[in-house]
Amino acid sequence: MAMLLTRKAEFCASHVCSSPRLSEAENRALFGAAANPNGHGHNYVLEVTIEGETNPVTGMVFDLRELKEVIQNEIVEPMDHRFLNREVPPFDRVVPTTENIAIEIWRRLQPRIDRAGVNLRNVRLYETADLYVDYGGEP
Amino acid sequence: MKLTRRYRFAASHRLDVPALGAEENRRLFGKCNNPYGHGHDYILDVTVEGQPDEFGQIVSREAMDSLVRERILQRLDHKNLNMDVAELARRVPTTENLAQTIREMLETGWPLQARLAKVRVAETDRNIFELEIG
Repeated sequence: MAMLLTRKAEFCASHVCSSPRLSEAENRALFGAAANPNGHGHNYVLEVTIEGETNPVTGMVFDLRELKEVIQNEIVEPMDHRFLNREVPPFDRVVPTTENIAIEIWRRLQPRIDRAGVNLRNVRLYETADLYVDYGGEP
Repeated sequence: MKLTRRYRFAASHRLDVPALGAEENRRLFGKCNNPYGHGHDYILDVTVEGQPDEFGQIVSREAMDSLVRERILQRLDHKNLNMDVAELARRVPTTENLAQTIREMLETGWPLQARLAKVRVAETDRNIFELEIG
């Protein structure tokens, strides 16, 4: 029987939501205050859910120390206290909306987590307590 | 991909089904049957599902907020759900019925590209109702 396991992490980062294909006024209309060219920040909260069978010997789906390290190395270390647009690829060319950050987190985590009997199931990213996205790897 | 946005509104209500009679209503609804009503700070989570567009959004926050503000918050915030909301006039304003009513108020003439995927209403921290829309 498959079990779901969720691990939580936080990182604080700044970003600008604007597209070089749009004028300043268009960006302002589309992204509102988030288009401020000098940036602003959030305390992002990440919930990583993986799915797998409980190992009958260890009683675990996934080693939590390993999961913590993977999230730390792939996400928190590179993104925490960073200006996403300037310091964290691909956000120099991809607008760092909550949707796109969740997709990038999935892209970074999936190869480190997926293995026989274990799959990354969902990435939930809270930008604020009032806005979050869920991404399950759909194309 | 799904995006969920949280909204809040404060409203009063009374749970009472006239056809059942006073005693049965008191038994069924307890304190919620108080004739003078009572209120809650409701928390509404609206979830939409879609593909991010070329600017990385499955929905414009402004479009979604305006929709919920106009159709729900302006109609329900600081209102008496039994007396002030026509859509609830013939329904007991339990949170189950409130969630269903909010779904209908949003779904009729839904103008956004992303589809409505879920309505979640918390009456208090301890009573939460979710309506998944398939």
